[in-house]
Amino acid sequence: MSTYSRRDFLKTSLVAAGAGVAATHGLPSLVSAQSKEPIKIGVLHSLSGTMAISEVSLRDVVLMAADEINAKGGVMGRKLQPVVVDPASNWDLFAEKAKQLLLQDKVAVVFGCWTSVSRKSVLPVFENNNGLLFYPVQYEGEECSKNVFYTGATPNQQLIPGAEYLMSKEGGAYKKFYLLGTDYVFPRTANKILRAFLLAKGIPADSIAEEYTPFNHQDYQTIVGKIKRFSSGGSAAVLSTINGDSNVPFYKEFSNQGMRAENAPIMAFSVAEDELRGMDTSSLVGHLAAWNYYQSVESPQNAKFVNAFKAYAKKNNLPGGDKRVTDDPMEAAYFGVYMWKQAVEKAKTTDVDAVRKAVYGQEFLAPGGKVKMHENNHHAYKPVLIGEILKNGQFKVVSRTKGLVEPEPWSKYTSPDKGCDWVGHQGTYQKKA
Amino acid sequence: MRRLLLVLFIAWLAAPAAGQAAPLSAAEAERALLDLAGEDGDRREAAVKALGGTADPKWLEFLAAFRDGNVFSRVKAGKTEVLVGGAKSTQGDQEVIELKAPYDGSARGSAPLASLKEVAADRRLRVVIKPFLDADETRTQLADPDPGVRRSAAVKLGNQAQPSSAAVIQDALGKESDGWVRHALAEALALVQLASGDAAVRAEAARTLGNLHSTTAMPALRALAADAAAPAAARAVAARAVGQIERWSMLTATVETLFQGASLASILLLMALGLAIVFGLMGVINMAHGELMALGAYATFVVQNWFRAAWPGAFDYYFLVALPVSFVVAGAVGVVLERGVIRRLYGRPLETLLLTWGASLIIQQALRLWFGAANVDVSSPRWLSGGVPVMVNLTLPYNRVFIIGLATAAVAVMYWVLFRTGAGLRIRAVTQNRAMSSCLGVRAGWVDATTFAVGAGLAGVAGCALTQIGNVGPSLGQNYIVDSFMVVVTGGVGKLAGTILAAAGIGGLNKGIEPALGAVFAKVAILVAVILFLQRRPAGLFATRGRNAEA
Repeated sequence: MSTYSRRDFLKTSLVAAGAGVAATHGLPSLVSAQSKEPIKIGVLHSLSGTMAISEVSLRDVVLMAADEINAKGGVMGRKLQPVVVDPASNWDLFAEKAKQLLLQDKVAVVFGCWTSVSRKSVLPVFENNNGLLFYPVQYEGEECSKNVFYTGATPNQQLIPGAEYLMSKEGGAYKKFYLLGTDYVFPRTANKILRAFLLAKGIPADSIAEEYTPFNHQDYQTIVGKIKRFSSGGSAAVLSTINGDSNVPFYKEFSNQGMRAENAPIMAFSVAEDELRGMDTSSLVGHLAAWNYYQSVESPQNAKFVNAFKAYAKKNNLPGGDKRVTDDPMEAAYFGVYMWKQAVEKAKTTDVDAVRKAVYGQEFLAPGGKVKMHENNHHAYKPVLIGEILKNGQFKVVSRTKGLVEPEPWSKYTSPDKGCDWVGHQGTYQKKA
Repeated sequence: MRRLLLVLFIAWLAAPAAGQAAPLSAAEAERALLDLAGEDGDRREAAVKALGGTADPKWLEFLAAFRDGNVFSRVKAGKTEVLVGGAKSTQGDQEVIELKAPYDGSARGSAPLASLKEVAADRRLRVVIKPFLDADETRTQLADPDPGVRRSAAVKLGNQAQPSSAAVIQDALGKESDGWVRHALAEALALVQLASGDAAVRAEAARTLGNLHSTTAMPALRALAADAAAPAAARAVAARAVGQIERWSMLTATVETLFQGASLASILLLMALGLAIVFGLMGVINMAHGELMALGAYATFVVQNWFRAAWPGAFDYYFLVALPVSFVVAGAVGVVLERGVIRRLYGRPLETLLLTWGASLIIQQALRLWFGAANVDVSSPRWLSGGVPVMVNLTLPYNRVFIIGLATAAVAVMYWVLFRTGAGLRIRAVTQNRAMSSCLGVRAGWVDATTFAVGAGLAGVAGCALTQIGNVGPSLGQNYIVDSFMVVVTGGVGKLAGTILAAAGIGGLNKGIEPALGAVFAKVAILVAVILFLQRRPAGLFATRGRNAEA
């Protein structure tokens, strides 16, 4: 055996120390408590490609939250160090970048994804490597991963209240519903749930129509014609899960064929403030949307949030500057960072399993009002707000639920036998009849 | 039109009001106003009902202002004061608004907008306000000089089907001369009679509604036909009327589909026309065609902003300026492209394909850098919003009618240029035999540049037209390029007639099968049809035969 020089000793101990710091979820409480090394957090949002329009704002707001936390001394005395990667709207790249964040950069947590397909593509990466993902967008449910926290709405926190509002006297007591969506997983699942809900509420099947269009569809003549015939005689409403770009041609055609929000209101589930930026809103005015947050929510913490974001965008020379707006997914991304921070402080470690347990039941005063993470199903209790589109691209809240709505990852209308519980069960389980 | 309506409304308000109002005492009015400025939803609703219940035109005017978001409150010396906003102006860097007292309308000076709180009407309150204003508005509107206003008032009365409005409708019917309005009034009257009245009147109303092809009446007619308590004769009449209306609906649906097919075809034609010229006549596979369209669309956006800033009064005419501007902008870029690079690669289609594709990426990214990645907002001028009623239950949108006209005009001009002018002759000569035409003194290079510029300019015009129906964003071109190539290839390279026929065929087929199959499968079916067609006739509808120099 060769002599073990002092130099070698130094080298190995340094490597060991480095490994200890980097593998924060390996030996957490021992190392992180003393070290002042920054905590790495991953940001996994598309900064180029088709989804960049929506996802760039989420990156901005996550980085802003990290800045805010750092300005107040960081988490457990350690600064947050965001690692931003660009999966470029490419689903395979999402998995690759997620792997890079978890294995190479060894981040403590990842904030990311927008589309369901990107989330599904990174899911095995997070599950196999025991990573932690905060997912901020409203989605179709039917998922319950141990390694993901879903801070956006589940179907019962957006779709069902939206339809319920239209059926209520206050909302206009509509009796016929036209379900219209872009052809991909969210609208298909959403409409499946909506149809089951409407049938359960006694709406006859021939008063429900369902229709899909391809991505980037521009020609809504035929569909508007159909809606017109569908709504003749009154009391019909449209429930729309049309995605981003196609909304302008749809609303334009709708108003040009002489239809008004008074004849048949359109309740949209995918149109938020950020999408309304750069739209000619004149033909959208008076139509509705269902979300858990609007920029127009009046509360001191929201005023602070909106102003902070505008100032942040201006200071960092982001495109749009102080004309930038905030919307529902941005708020969900923002409070996700704080939920994680609180959980880390409670668990006194960044270890994924400890943090996961600390997240359960965590509360935070988010810009849209108080939110609470569920005790066992990895989703969040949220308020539901129905908003009416205004000329300036903002929403006016016309109805809000009393208190917070409990998240249901498995809709009770389509999967009444399934539940999600990571405390009493191992994730998705069969409910006893 | 809305302004006109308002003027009339005010004029009518000035006239002595009918005296059936239940007047409000000053204290009651004061309290209602304060409730309105408060937060309690139930009290606000009660306040609206109290104010509307007076049927006093001045209070109704206040409610209209309230609905339009033009009522404000401010706290002055510890007292909340509710005021109606007037004209706005900008002083320094803050917006100042003139204020009036509610009801009597006396001036209350002006104040910066930021110092006031808007008393906003939410959906619930608007639902409450609507009947109060409607009752008055319809009466005013039935006397409006604009037939469109009179017609929509009549439709509204019909939908409400209140027995009390029968007299009003009959009165209006006696004075009416416009055919569409008469039709709407007769329909409204019959709807009212169908909803109320004895069996004989209802049967007569059902017969009338059948003759008027009223789809609005369908639920009521069906109910009557199925009503076991009604006399058999009335039920038979109702059933016959339902059949009559259903047949009419089929007719309108057919006409509608034809129009939609024509509209889609004209859009495809506009997009493909420039490509057909560049690809067909010059043999250049121009992958940047979509981006030239995007340039036209952005040129429209710039012109719009320019009008908005410089001549807000003439805003409605910006589009007429934007059309030639987008032609020139896209054409100029086309010339640069052609003279700069493409001319060095004539006769090498694969290299030009790669090169123009590169150019398309450059243009796209340049647009993204200059205007941002988000879509930009292009507003429709008023004369391109809305539609014209042509049949019962059929409204044709102005923007689509306009695009059909534009496509027709573009084709006519292209034909005239190609076949009736000297320049067109030279273009055709160079297309057929470049070397020979050069020998005969035709400046082939100059002809190439012009042809390419015209093709690019047409793409710009198409982009400008597309702003009226779709989105404007950096990736606009990519959404349309596939359709454009599909039309040109199906039509047969080098033949304008083929392009026109292919656009009509694809547009018509798409709209013909969409009602049955849905938008997703219609698109799939079209692509399958095109593939099958090209298997049979690889050269397209009109194959170019004969003495092409390159062939």
